[in-house]
Amino acid sequence: MNIDARIAKDQPDNFIFSAENEKEVNRIVAKYPKGRQASAVMPLLDLAQRQHHNWIPMKAIELIAKTLDMAEIRVLEVATFYTMFNLKPVGTYFLQACTTTPCWLRGSDEIMRCVKDRYGIVSGETSNCGRFSLLEVECLGACVNAPIIQVNDDFYEDLDYATTAVLLDSLESDEPLPVGSVSGRSGSEATGGATSLAKLKPKQSGAPNA
Amino acid sequence: MLKDSDRIFTNIYGWADAGLKGAKKRGDWSDTEKLLKLGHDEIVERMKASGLRGRGGAGFPTGLKWSFMPKEVRGRPHYLVVNADESEPGTCKDRDIIRNEPHKLLEGCVVAGFAMRAHVAYIYIRGEFVNEARRLQAAIDEAYDAGLLGKDASKSGWDFDIYLHRGAGAYICGEETALLESLEGKKGQPRLKPPFPAGVGLYGCPTTVNNVESIAVAPTILRRGADWFASLGKENNSGTKLFCISGHVNKPCNVEEEMGVPLRDLLEKHAGGVRGGWDNLLAVIPGGSSTPLMPRAVCDDITMDFDALREAGTGLGTAGIIVMDRSTDIVKAIARLSYFYKHESCGQCTPCREGTGWMWRMMERLVRGEAEPYEIDTLEQLTRQIEGHTICALGDAAAWPIQGLIKHFRPEIERRIAARHSVDAVNAAE
Repeated sequence: MNIDARIAKDQPDNFIFSAENEKEVNRIVAKYPKGRQASAVMPLLDLAQRQHHNWIPMKAIELIAKTLDMAEIRVLEVATFYTMFNLKPVGTYFLQACTTTPCWLRGSDEIMRCVKDRYGIVSGETSNCGRFSLLEVECLGACVNAPIIQVNDDFYEDLDYATTAVLLDSLESDEPLPVGSVSGRSGSEATGGATSLAKLKPKQSGAPNA
Repeated sequence: MLKDSDRIFTNIYGWADAGLKGAKKRGDWSDTEKLLKLGHDEIVERMKASGLRGRGGAGFPTGLKWSFMPKEVRGRPHYLVVNADESEPGTCKDRDIIRNEPHKLLEGCVVAGFAMRAHVAYIYIRGEFVNEARRLQAAIDEAYDAGLLGKDASKSGWDFDIYLHRGAGAYICGEETALLESLEGKKGQPRLKPPFPAGVGLYGCPTTVNNVESIAVAPTILRRGADWFASLGKENNSGTKLFCISGHVNKPCNVEEEMGVPLRDLLEKHAGGVRGGWDNLLAVIPGGSSTPLMPRAVCDDITMDFDALREAGTGLGTAGIIVMDRSTDIVKAIARLSYFYKHESCGQCTPCREGTGWMWRMMERLVRGEAEPYEIDTLEQLTRQIEGHTICALGDAAAWPIQGLIKHFRPEIERRIAARHSVDAVNAAE
């Protein structure tokens, strides 16, 4: 994609890390050996994105370059290479639907159709209300719980058209469904009862780690 | 079927506490200092004797890989880097280890890091696994608080630190040298080898990159003995393995089974069988998206191990099994994988950067039959021009699924072309 199309035209005049995140910056940089502070570029981009409504303004790129003693172009290069960095605004709920073969075989087209039916958007677009952005993404790595949609940080699994609609309802009312499988599985065990480790399964229902 | 008592990952479904208390109940961290007392080289020898082959896809013997690290630390520190950038379509096992058995991975880091004389491990986790990374970081914090990590880790006299590093959505960073580039704060573009990471790796220092599962099984192997691990599975394909069964089965799931388990047993005993019955099976991709598919006839009696699958012209890869029943548009299923590789090509090598796009566009035409029959051979030749002509294996990984499709489903592609031609002929006559 053309680089200009990926970067927002309207940019804020300034960007600084919050006091809390300043501390986090120091903590992150300390993970890497002295002189190797460039290793912190991805964590700092992520931090900036989290602070700034899920997208990274150019001023943040400048700031991170300065903080890590890197050339700005090197930071921009990293920011554009990795798909998770948004360089322009996205909706409050950033819907990333996996459509790679394992999800596609289990009906990911239906998820895309459900989102389109409701908001009239296809991959790369944001709803008129500005709250929902949709992006078709590559394998999210939860294939036995396919199909999957990632909403901001959270995976929703084992979806179909109807359950995607329920999920979207829950987001519209800002009361998101519990994260994970919508079919009631606690993890990656076979539906209706695992074929291994059954003796180790605790009697009470519900996952202790949820 | 593998007995529960021989399973390493007893909390893989997350039914019990994933934290330190629960992990200790399962035997993790019980006598780490005793394991380290074996000494650097003895640990490596025992890992070699267990026959463990790397669980990230290539199947390289893990103990042997560790033995490539210099025997002395001279000036440059040694690093262990754990590849938790799990992104191969069809694969979702490391995610379960990270969220449900994080302490197995952390203890494995201490053992493996000590064996290769490293004091620091970086775990590179894919960016999308946000909640998994939180869980893992919580486990790391717990282990530090309990004195299992840090100075004099687990009272072994060996200092050991583990740092978590999150990726940001690039499949290519699962390639070990791209991962190192990314960890150094650059674009994830693979390096030429040699030099290999064991000589020149992270920050130019000796480094070993291992998959999550390979590291997480190490403490259990050392505790229960190399003999125990080697007694499971088949010769040269020993031990247990996490299999991910996705696609058209009745009950997709992850399950730990013995290496060399027959595919049919695996699907029928653990995943509720193929949707519509075994006779409704069309094809299986056995080891993540890059391994060529197997048609039904091969699936009947194939066993799931490195050697048997290689003989069948495919591979065990990550053991991410993608099942497709007869309702599948097989050409489209592979075309979607071609799109994946086009999307994930890092753009460094011309054959891959350009070739993945060409292959995908040709595949899309074949889905619709908009081609001439000779173009099937053109596409096959194109895959051969990419395979083996790039710095890393992404070019190969993009080529193999198409080669598998052409090898086993050529008549289906030809049928589509013929059907399209007859439609065109009718339209032209009107």
